[in-house]
Amino acid sequence: MSDSSSFALLANATSLPWAEVPAWPVEEFVRATGKEFSRGARLCALFGVPEGAGTGIVAVLAFDADNTLAVARSTAFSGSYPSITATHPQAHLFEREIWEQHGLTPTGHPWLKPVRRGHGNAPANGEFFRVSGREVHEVAVGPVHAGIIEPGHFRFQCAGEEVLHLEIALGYQHRGVEEALVGGPHRATMSQMETVAGDTTIAHATAYATLMESLSGTEAPLRAQWLRAIALELERLANHTGDMGALANDVAFLPTSSACGKIRGDYLNLTALVCGNRFGRGWVRPGGARHDLEPERIARMLERLETALSDTEQAVAWFWDAASVRARLENVGTVFAAQAAEVGLVGPAARACGLVRDVRYDHPAGWHRFAQAPVAVWPGGDVFARARVRSLEIRRSGDYIRDQLAGPADGGIRCALPPPASDTLAVALVEGWRGEVCHVGLTDGKGCFRRYKIVDPSFHNWTGLALALRGAAISDFPICNKSFNLSYCGFDL
Amino acid sequence: MFVLDTIVHRLKRGCETMAYPEGPAPALPDRHGGSLKVDASQCTDGCDRCLPVCPTQAIARPLGKSVALDLGRCLFCAACVEVCPDKAITQTGDHRLAVRRREDLLLGDPDGGEVRLAVALDERLRKLFGRSLRLRQVSAGGCNACEADTNVLGTIGWDLGRFGIQFVASPRHADGLLVTGPVSKNMELALKKTYDAVPDPKIVIAVGACAIAGGPFIGHPQVHPGVGAVLPVDLFIPGCPPHPLTILDGLLRLLGRLKEDRGIR
Repeated sequence: MSDSSSFALLANATSLPWAEVPAWPVEEFVRATGKEFSRGARLCALFGVPEGAGTGIVAVLAFDADNTLAVARSTAFSGSYPSITATHPQAHLFEREIWEQHGLTPTGHPWLKPVRRGHGNAPANGEFFRVSGREVHEVAVGPVHAGIIEPGHFRFQCAGEEVLHLEIALGYQHRGVEEALVGGPHRATMSQMETVAGDTTIAHATAYATLMESLSGTEAPLRAQWLRAIALELERLANHTGDMGALANDVAFLPTSSACGKIRGDYLNLTALVCGNRFGRGWVRPGGARHDLEPERIARMLERLETALSDTEQAVAWFWDAASVRARLENVGTVFAAQAAEVGLVGPAARACGLVRDVRYDHPAGWHRFAQAPVAVWPGGDVFARARVRSLEIRRSGDYIRDQLAGPADGGIRCALPPPASDTLAVALVEGWRGEVCHVGLTDGKGCFRRYKIVDPSFHNWTGLALALRGAAISDFPICNKSFNLSYCGFDL
Repeated sequence: MFVLDTIVHRLKRGCETMAYPEGPAPALPDRHGGSLKVDASQCTDGCDRCLPVCPTQAIARPLGKSVALDLGRCLFCAACVEVCPDKAITQTGDHRLAVRRREDLLLGDPDGGEVRLAVALDERLRKLFGRSLRLRQVSAGGCNACEADTNVLGTIGWDLGRFGIQFVASPRHADGLLVTGPVSKNMELALKKTYDAVPDPKIVIAVGACAIAGGPFIGHPQVHPGVGAVLPVDLFIPGCPPHPLTILDGLLRLLGRLKEDRGIR
């Protein structure tokens, strides 16, 4: 990293003056970014920052093995630039987004079309990729699906039962989260962060709070960091358990399905035991946490946690014990490790392809600097592997919470925050239950947000689902979809 | 051996469905707080400390008048309860929150300091839906929390099916819609089409702060201020998200299935 066009390095949950972020003309920026990808960098975020009449592009990269992040930007420009996607597919959605938001055209992008922009009273989906041929037919599903689930549109190109291509068109849930943050934080900002993806309240709230603390040049009290780490694992437990139940339901294995549906609620109630809300709303705040775990509450949590964990263990054991279940999941919806790395998958979806990729381990911040969770990896890349990683993580999250409850940090849970630094860029990554939650904040001369970028893990992973369906039977879609269980609103923002 | 194990497990556990509504309602978590109550007479003259802490501007205190709280906008974060020096806004611990009319969520003078709970559907609709209600759920900008806690009602602990209420896959099989989210502009068309596909007579239920008034996203140009801006709403269930018990109470109240409230109001 010694040549002239090198990225500025920073650690997770730290900040950097905007002036120290290296800026190059866009051609050189694209070249330098490509070089970093070739050296093993992974794309966390790529977004535009309006400047005068033009727009600059900022790249936040992760070097997971080096536990470091890297950031650089292009000088402001307008018009077109050479596409990064042409050589590095992990940038494909980011470049579409930049094109949609700022009108910068990536020359050579293979599939440039809207991401979430509205057109009348529906998203501007653009043309769908079409396969032609006498036996080929098209299946359109959504936006309103069969179950109690968020809206999105799936367009399958099929030859008989076989899916040749799946295109996923989202944008239905767009609520203008990022746009509203400009000039903020506003009084509704914290609540919006908690609802970016409602099932990931703790991860998004923690990323935002950490970012605000970093901009203010301070840290939350240690006890608050301890609380956040526990909250994050409770969120993981609830969602992973729910997913195991949902997968069981989709293969018509009802014992696990009905048991996990109930146990998921038991974990949500543990979160509510601390903060009153089953999804953890009102628990995490910039500067710390709003609710503490007193010794008496710790005892109650431990008792209920043990019951829930042993119930989960049993319900999941039935699932893995049934040969009919295992056979249904194996070799279905396979994503190969090379593909996963190429499109930049994160979270359990990446780990189920054998990639060792976990923010808690690679980029520890907050309490994870003191207490780490082992990374749960399973090779294979199929539905089986994704279910397997979840059930391993359930066990490890349980162990993690047990360990932390045994050794609480002392002290207060909240401190006052000094005003945020001006003209500063801060990055916060948190390993949510779906994977890497990335928040990047850039302040203006007054310390208000000039740009705020949110990357939900789903933004990386929807492409993984599309790849998983290639060559699969269309009837495999439900279990493939459940095995990813991605967020629509987290993507649509 | 999962076959034997699951059978033994089921025999040991027995029925895991809660006794409510025949028996007592399950307890809310002690920090939940339940509904809010306003006693405007407690307000000190000129005090407006609750106003700036409310994330959704659900609280107003026009000059010379007493405090007013709109529970439809409320996220139940209790920030106002914390800062109020006079106990003018307090938590009641009550899970019941559903109302039939939007204005029944406005607390403070002159309408009173407590939520005016929903009355049942009229006789004709109750006859149609009272023992069999099929709903189509539509998330229109929902964050998946209201959706998740609606879904929970289908699990063995709550067993919504025992009331004859069921979520169906097609609007054509439904008696009404249960809508979550503020209604993003990008979902407006799909929501209207889904509504049109439901045969008459039909009902619409708005679940959560977003669906009632836009929630944390109120005022964003990308969303509507709730379902009411697009469709006629028959039941409003506040919360962020509402506790499953609050949602169930709302559904049963609408169908006139709660003994305590039968025939009242």
